[in-house]
Amino acid sequence: MMWLFLRKQKHLIDYTLSSLLRRMGKSLGLLAVYTLIVFMLASVTLFTHALRKEAGLMLQASPEIIVQRMQAGRHALIPADYLQRIGRLRGVTQKEGRLWGYYYDPAVKANYTIMTAGQVAAPLTEIIIGTGIARARGLAVGDYLTLRSQNGEAFSFEIAALLDEKSELVSADLLLMSPQVFRRLFNVPEGFYTDLVLSVRNPREVRKVVEKLTLLLPDTRPILREEVLRTYDSVFSWRQGILFVLLTGSILAFVSFAWDKASGLSAEERREIGILKAVGWETADVMRMKFWEGMIISLSAFMIGYLAAYAHVFYASASLFEPVLKGWAVLYPQFRLTPFVDGLQLATLLFFTVLPYIVATIIPIWRTSITDPDAVMR
Amino acid sequence: MRKSNTFLVCVFLLLVGCIATLVDATHRMHLAVSDAESGTALVRQLGLTDLALFTEARYTRHLSQSDLHSAFQDHPVALEHFPSGSLLLPPQRMQ
Repeated sequence: MMWLFLRKQKHLIDYTLSSLLRRMGKSLGLLAVYTLIVFMLASVTLFTHALRKEAGLMLQASPEIIVQRMQAGRHALIPADYLQRIGRLRGVTQKEGRLWGYYYDPAVKANYTIMTAGQVAAPLTEIIIGTGIARARGLAVGDYLTLRSQNGEAFSFEIAALLDEKSELVSADLLLMSPQVFRRLFNVPEGFYTDLVLSVRNPREVRKVVEKLTLLLPDTRPILREEVLRTYDSVFSWRQGILFVLLTGSILAFVSFAWDKASGLSAEERREIGILKAVGWETADVMRMKFWEGMIISLSAFMIGYLAAYAHVFYASASLFEPVLKGWAVLYPQFRLTPFVDGLQLATLLFFTVLPYIVATIIPIWRTSITDPDAVMR
Repeated sequence: MRKSNTFLVCVFLLLVGCIATLVDATHRMHLAVSDAESGTALVRQLGLTDLALFTEARYTRHLSQSDLHSAFQDHPVALEHFPSGSLLLPPQRMQ
């Protein structure tokens, strides 16, 4: 019984494939457009999901609380005595000042993020740079880089090391130097920091600590790690922004294309259905044949589109998105995303790309196939 | 070879490819643990807060550290003019 059923389905597939091959140009065109749509949707989904996951994992280690001082609505330098004023706030295990800023390099028209290397006492004439800067300036370990200070003085630094390229996603534009040189370069007086970093032992106490901080230092703005993580959780949300507008346009174009193709059956297809019914095919057989037609096209398009998207995002570093993401930035990290793909993600993609097509095609076919063959052929 | 057989072989191969991506993803996720270590260590050491994806302006480079109305921060009537501004959502607090 089962064997008979399978044999029948195989014959139906044979017939459907012959029918599709008779309309080769049309079928291939549909398959190409469909595959492209799946490719785009899958690329965006895989890319944003993997990037968000990666950002979430890396930034888990960022500071629990950052305290910025605000002056006239802008971020201003924070006096070091704020560290004393914070004093022994309950729950705060560690507090320190950070020195960091931006440096515009006119030679390559790029912005660097300059930081002091934590507590590590770096030699005054040496710097460590991110691989993005090294690429943009063509620098290697042992080379020299000259930076111009706030008052026009030129400082030459020897590149002591490059930051690990595996961390490029967070360090492409970083330039690390000693705190003393940073102060001279940017004219930051002793006793001031860019911002303060606080560590809190118990995550449940963070809110309480922030409340106390805003009372104690009303001119400051605390930024919590959970806010940082939230920022990157919503970043590139493809449901909003220009990417979505572009995608919606192409998806709508495809939907109307598929709908038009499916609902407005061509005279040739109508005649085909009429003849099939006239030679003894039942409505159910016609439906099955058309179901296979939908399946063959949508399943092939889904699998080819998904495989191409996977290769594009995880093996070609999502190179098609690079010009969009790069924007006006000169420094752009070269990173290979880790594929965070699971069965559920695949199933969701399948559900949203294959099912609508099958439904859109099967209903008009059913309408045609229940009508009288004589009427259909006329 | 019958057309249906050719088709089924193709579908089978594509299916194997799809399953292979899941296997590859799992394998690379395990490998990535050590790679992520260096990034996480740097984030911890320097107290980093943001990805170096948009380095064109300070408020796109450090999204989480930007001013409260960063899109208009350059001067009072400044419009957002960086391309990445069209890809990013406004901060959570403004939605």
